[in-house]
Amino acid sequence: MSKDVNISHQPRHRLTTRLWHWINALCLLILLMSGLTIFNAHPRLYWGEFGANDDHAWMAVGSSDRIGYLRLGEMRIETTGFLGNWQDSEGRTQKWAFPGWATIPSRYSLADGRRWHFFFAWIFSLGLTLFMVRSLSNRHIQKDLHMRGEEWRPSHVWRSLRDHTRIAAIRQSSDKPYNVIQKLSYIGVIFILLPLMICTGLAMSPAMDANWPFLTDLFGGRQSARSVHFLTAFLLVLFFLIHMVMVLLSGPLRQTMAMITGGQGKGARR
Amino acid sequence: MTILTRRKLITSAAIGVGGLLTGCDALNRNPAFQDMLASAETANFAVQRALGDRMELASEYGIADLSPTFRANGSRDPDTPEYAASAAQGFANWQLRLTGLFDKPQIFSLAALQSLPQRTQITRHDCVEGWSAIGQWTGVPLKILLDIARLQDSARFLVFHCADRLGGRPYYESIDLLDGFHPQTILAHRLNGAALPVANGAPLRLRVERQLGYKHAKYITGIQAVASLAGIGEGRGGYWQDVANYEWYAGI
Repeated sequence: MSKDVNISHQPRHRLTTRLWHWINALCLLILLMSGLTIFNAHPRLYWGEFGANDDHAWMAVGSSDRIGYLRLGEMRIETTGFLGNWQDSEGRTQKWAFPGWATIPSRYSLADGRRWHFFFAWIFSLGLTLFMVRSLSNRHIQKDLHMRGEEWRPSHVWRSLRDHTRIAAIRQSSDKPYNVIQKLSYIGVIFILLPLMICTGLAMSPAMDANWPFLTDLFGGRQSARSVHFLTAFLLVLFFLIHMVMVLLSGPLRQTMAMITGGQGKGARR
Repeated sequence: MTILTRRKLITSAAIGVGGLLTGCDALNRNPAFQDMLASAETANFAVQRALGDRMELASEYGIADLSPTFRANGSRDPDTPEYAASAAQGFANWQLRLTGLFDKPQIFSLAALQSLPQRTQITRHDCVEGWSAIGQWTGVPLKILLDIARLQDSARFLVFHCADRLGGRPYYESIDLLDGFHPQTILAHRLNGAALPVANGAPLRLRVERQLGYKHAKYITGIQAVASLAGIGEGRGGYWQDVANYEWYAGI
């Protein structure tokens, strides 16, 4: 595809980008859902090196006979039906933190959840690495995600942020080069959040702690790494939700087709 | 048109997620798919062993870093008449048997083990469930016992037999020789400066610091040196490996 010199024939999204996008989407979904299974084994988060039932958890999902709740610091929010106390597909009350529809497998199995998680963690990590290398070598990053001088100006960022609340601007954006908010989001996800998931994941491994202790130290201990792993996953879910809203508002069919077939370039190569 | 498309997209997304769940559960029951998933564990093992020095030590901590309480998990008491009788007399009659591929099979009393050189280490115990506790362990390095009993060249694994049963089955675990001879691999009989409590595996528990908690067998009565794990339990190298899909190598 790189032999094509006529810019109007360049697809909006390159083949590498499209392939990675969908492989990554599948991996992240499975990693999230199998990760929630793993979280269910001990639905408490701590800061520092250690943390178990008698230690203070900054976040915990719990249940009593009738209700489920989420505790954040000293604040307790009732979450019956969703977290800590919910009905499974056969109408039985379950007290695991996250409900069956959000986990892989849908019935609690830590061992199976871990198998899914680590298999797709490998595909995700290798995919991300190859995508980064290829996107630097084919100059996708430099051309499409590079922040130009004036884009750093707060007024410019503010204007772009405001455009994201206006339907007309969102509709037009699918024909234009990436705006500053898109660039910052994609850079943030690809180069900060996704690598952070890998690093905090590895920092929880006792063998990695022996091999590369600096990784666990970097996050201030194994339990801190576990908390950051969970919080980063939460940020990725947030990114996904906004991403979905933007796709739906900007022409969902055309946008989705463009990410499958490549779409029309109109001067902007991605 | 746009609204129809959106609705279609949302509907198909909902169907997709539902289908994904059903599909995942079906895949989860498929032995070939399970084997594929498990192949990642082979990669974890290979890569973690290849990184750095194979005898790299797990992080050690100071007294100030100790967990206020060291959580006990799994069996908290073997709860058999023999165990209770032994516990009542401070495990004075406890025996550790070294059997299998040794030139000089041994039986050690607790006192004999305590008279050998000891190692004390403050390490972080990482449970497969996600929690961690830091404790100070004192015990005899496994390497000393393997040298006394003269481990044979054909031995590949060390199987730890335990006094506790879970769901009616005896608990057991196994490690390979790399972990067996690792300087932090000890048979601990003290926790935080006191005799090891029953809940934490009295009188003897394994510490294999670079792996998750379920590898750290408690209430140890015997160490069997074998060339293969086939024929021990269901052949997967440990209680949790036999009853569920937990991995034999628990480095992550």
